[in-house]
Amino acid sequence: MENLIALLVAAPLVGAALLLCGGKRLDRTGAWIGSLFAVASFAVAAVLFADMLGKSAEDRAVHQHLFSWIPVGGFQADVGFQLDQLSMTFVLLITGVGSLIHIYSIGYMEHDERRRRFFGYLNLFLAAMLLLVLADNYLLLYVGWEGVGLASYLLIGFWQHKPSAATAAKKAFLVNRVGDVGLSIAIMLMFTTFGTFAFGPVLAATGDTSEGKLTAIGLMLLLAACGKSAQVPLQSWLGDAMEGPTPVSALIHAATMVTAGVYLITRSGAIFNAAPDAQTAVVAVGAVTLLFGAIVGCAKDDIKKALAGSTMSQIGYMILAAGLGPIGYAFAIMHLVTHGFFKAGLFLGAGSVMHGMNDEVDMRHYGGLRKYMPVTFVTFGLGYLAIIGFPGLSGFFSKDKIIEAAFAKGGTEGWILGGAALLGAAITAFYMTRVMLMTFFGEKRWAETPGAAAPGQQVQHPHESPKVMTIPMIVLAVGSVFAGALFSVNEAFVTWLEPVTSFAHGHSPLSATAITASTIVVLLIGVGLAWQMYGRKPVPAVAPRGSLLTRAARRDLLQDDFNHIVLVRGGEHLTRTLVYLDHSVVDGAVNGTAASMGGLSGRLRQLQSGFVRSYAVQMLGGAAVLVAATLLMRGV
Amino acid sequence: MADFSFPLLTATAAVPAIGAVATAAVPAAKRTAAKWLALLFSLATFVLAVVIAVRFRPGAEGPYQLTESHAWIQDFGVRYELGVDGIAVALIALTALLIPFVILAGWHDADPLESASDSGSAAGSNSRWRPTQGFFALILAVEAMVILSFEATDVFLFYIFFEAMLIPMYFLIGGFGDRAGAHGEEQAATQRSYAAVKFLLYNLAGGLIMLAAVIGLYAVTADQLGSGTFSLQQIVEARTSGKLDFGTGTERLLFLGFFFAFAVKAPLWPLHTWLPNAMGESTSPVAVLITAVVDKVGTFAMLRFCLQLFPEASSWATPVILVLALISVIYGALLAVGQRDIKRLIAYASISHFGFIILGIFAMTTQGQSGATLYMVNHGISTAALMLVAGFLITRRGSRLIADYGGVQKVAPVLAGTFLIGGLATLSLPGLAPFISEFLVLVGTFSRYPVIGIIASVGIVLAALYVLVLYQRTMTGPVKAKVEGMPDLRARELVVVAPLIALLLFLGVYPKPLTDIVNPAVDHTLSVVDKKDPKPAVRVDAVPGAGRPGHAVHDQEVEAAK
Repeated sequence: MENLIALLVAAPLVGAALLLCGGKRLDRTGAWIGSLFAVASFAVAAVLFADMLGKSAEDRAVHQHLFSWIPVGGFQADVGFQLDQLSMTFVLLITGVGSLIHIYSIGYMEHDERRRRFFGYLNLFLAAMLLLVLADNYLLLYVGWEGVGLASYLLIGFWQHKPSAATAAKKAFLVNRVGDVGLSIAIMLMFTTFGTFAFGPVLAATGDTSEGKLTAIGLMLLLAACGKSAQVPLQSWLGDAMEGPTPVSALIHAATMVTAGVYLITRSGAIFNAAPDAQTAVVAVGAVTLLFGAIVGCAKDDIKKALAGSTMSQIGYMILAAGLGPIGYAFAIMHLVTHGFFKAGLFLGAGSVMHGMNDEVDMRHYGGLRKYMPVTFVTFGLGYLAIIGFPGLSGFFSKDKIIEAAFAKGGTEGWILGGAALLGAAITAFYMTRVMLMTFFGEKRWAETPGAAAPGQQVQHPHESPKVMTIPMIVLAVGSVFAGALFSVNEAFVTWLEPVTSFAHGHSPLSATAITASTIVVLLIGVGLAWQMYGRKPVPAVAPRGSLLTRAARRDLLQDDFNHIVLVRGGEHLTRTLVYLDHSVVDGAVNGTAASMGGLSGRLRQLQSGFVRSYAVQMLGGAAVLVAATLLMRGV
Repeated sequence: MADFSFPLLTATAAVPAIGAVATAAVPAAKRTAAKWLALLFSLATFVLAVVIAVRFRPGAEGPYQLTESHAWIQDFGVRYELGVDGIAVALIALTALLIPFVILAGWHDADPLESASDSGSAAGSNSRWRPTQGFFALILAVEAMVILSFEATDVFLFYIFFEAMLIPMYFLIGGFGDRAGAHGEEQAATQRSYAAVKFLLYNLAGGLIMLAAVIGLYAVTADQLGSGTFSLQQIVEARTSGKLDFGTGTERLLFLGFFFAFAVKAPLWPLHTWLPNAMGESTSPVAVLITAVVDKVGTFAMLRFCLQLFPEASSWATPVILVLALISVIYGALLAVGQRDIKRLIAYASISHFGFIILGIFAMTTQGQSGATLYMVNHGISTAALMLVAGFLITRRGSRLIADYGGVQKVAPVLAGTFLIGGLATLSLPGLAPFISEFLVLVGTFSRYPVIGIIASVGIVLAALYVLVLYQRTMTGPVKAKVEGMPDLRARELVVVAPLIALLLFLGVYPKPLTDIVNPAVDHTLSVVDKKDPKPAVRVDAVPGAGRPGHAVHDQEVEAAK
């Protein structure tokens, strides 16, 4: 059965190769071929899952060793897979949501002439992401890690003729590369510390290692996670990444790739458990990001960017949970899965709205759409209820557990983290209600006839999307509603993951009931405030100037401006200066030294003015003399 | 087979040498015939290189195999001695592999201009000196000399070919260039000759200093061993057995003499400034010849001659060399970011990559040196892919300036796609071959010099920056005026690029055939230098597969124990 693991990765990889090298012949069928390979991978995952369920909890991890990859001295890298409960969870999420989004894209990308390539890139993404979660060592994980970065780059910049898309793609790759350096340094540290970087031996040996080393490794892994999961301070790329087609935002920048950082930290649990300082850094990053993303999400008028802020914030919750150690790992992953359902659903809903609104993304030009797009409205609405943590829906179960675990961290730290998580829940309720109200309720702020349209505004004929798009949305909505409850029956999800991530019950200073009650209270406050601001009075079609905070939040809390001034401008000056120096100083100095010895530069000038050929003849003559001399010597 | 001593190594160098003469002798009117002849000879050389690789036995007794040895200049102990270790086998294979692609890519580079109409110069006939036969003959001549430099185990023999290859290179750089840019043919010719002369003078200066060191080496061996010798093996044996002792001061001077020449050729900061000129002004295939093939002789010679002849001096100079290499890595990458000219950008990227190679060599670990050798091979392939596609692009538009391009992706998607893959290889994307070598170099450096390893890692980010900026500015965005109607890759061009890309993928996924050949040679080199890899801090049973079954349970126990 373990021989099937490679097939999980191979199926989408073959699909990608076929679609990218297949040429125009496959233009018409490309979308279906791509979806077929995605579904095939899901089918294999289902078979493996069924097989895994049939085994006892302790025997579920299976390995498939393929071949020795880079053998150099003590450095032994293998290509091998490891499928345990943790990777199985991801595999099901990736192939399941991935297949749905492939199918959705058949409708969404119908009119794009380059859609064959789009599906090729999507398949490539699936293969890389599966490699990431199935690798049995950190170096192979790194291949998947950068592989998903490449797929993300290609898909963000899919509409390459738009300079903004090309810039966003480059930015995403570069910011991610900064994180990747963290991962590569972590691997080097593992190699010098343990002599290996395979999960098994490294994670088993943490007990014998100095805490300092483990903290260093942990911090480097955290840097990597920050890049991939858009956590502060490497979060700036995610908003721009919304330049990509919306199915991409749903799959890569909401449900799967951006959660890779959570996977990395959870997978490396044994390292973090033994390095409390690194854990503190992790929870700090999570707490800051969950507030940062939520605040940014409140200020955006672009529906996708508002959702991107939300993604950042929700992953902040997961990172926070993962930083809490065994009391949080399982909940981090549980929230990751439920988030995968409702956030993918929300993005697909946003895509459906855009599809019916001529690709308009400004929510100030929406309004009253519930009548025109009933299916989108209902599915989006269920996703909305799930994310704000409406009692009984997915987000309620998973987020509640994280808040509880944060309090259980204990001490002042516990109160700060728990408080931040609660505050985040309130802001989440606020910005999501804002999105909901601006899009589906209120007066319509778009025009059906050219006469009524404001300057620069398009004429709209909103319509519901075709079935190939709505069915995936419905499936995800069902998941958003029931997944959380299903996972929580008898702590099913925690029991499932426990053999891999280990689990400990936290002891919160507040009772579970008190926490649940307070989350419901903050939820109501958030919703009420949003209703007050966007529901009771009409939303202006042009954004008001806003408070200082609003304006800062619109600009991603000025982090981009900082990057631009310090890194981009500074870098430009640096390279320009270096180019100048290379020409005048380095080149000049070397030439000058040589000139002082042999009149080189004089000769150079002379040669430049046209004596090349005569010099060449001299050269040839010199060489002849040299050869003659050596031959003569032999004769002597 | 055992007593059959066909001089395989000599033959592998002789075939391109004969090819050069034969190509040059083709009558002027039969240009196409000359091209095919050159291609045929280069393919024959490749076949011989494959035979070398097949007959080579990794891990067999003795440092060199397929050896040939004949007396040459007996009075000075110069012998015609050839032999290959795994490193040489890999580099000979690289050279022989790339030359057919260089020839194919440069198929029309040396055609006579149809008329003087595209440039304003009325000088006509003497403004362009590009006899087709000469171009291809020179390429084959370079190939022959490069292969001999990889094979020579006699220091003097090596020196001769190391220097002699400057002559054909000089003519290739100075005599053939891209279509004239904005400033007209006159200006282009001036820049070309400047670049060619700069190339020549830099390398000659390095060579002269090395010549002094070669003579010094002879003097010392003649003094201490009774009769002077240039044989690498003899000198190494005499050293280890204690019969030969350079003395600290002399050894260091001799080392510096050799290293200087190799550092110019490699090139190492601050001796690098000839490279951007040479690569910028020459045609793309010649630029590939420079950076992917000829320059590798420099880094190869550091491994073979500097380390093995002068192990103590090598250790002594290591800190300075590592810092210079680190500067090369960062400096080359930063300058690449600042370039406006596509070919100069690739040249500076190469300087950065050569920094990595030298870093790997002088980190003195198996990972570093195996990585450096793999790096030489992979950099050759990836730069060839990137540079040749860049050349196809430049030929289409007639400009090297990045700003003259935009939106190529829309009109020529295959060209843009292959350019992107070449670029991704240059930025060492995992899955492609250069990743493996770069990571090995980094890990090998890090295990002995953590700080240098970490700083060098910054080069990874900068590489992404210069590659993606180049791609964005040329390939994406709105289609620029003169880019419209640009044809996509033609069949000949695809034949050049596709195998290179396939190879990058293959060696990225399965580099074992290469590492199997290279590792024993690296072990030998390190044993001569007397360096051992640092041991990991914690002893873990690192046997592949160890701790795998049921390790999750094991983890739990560890956690439970806390």
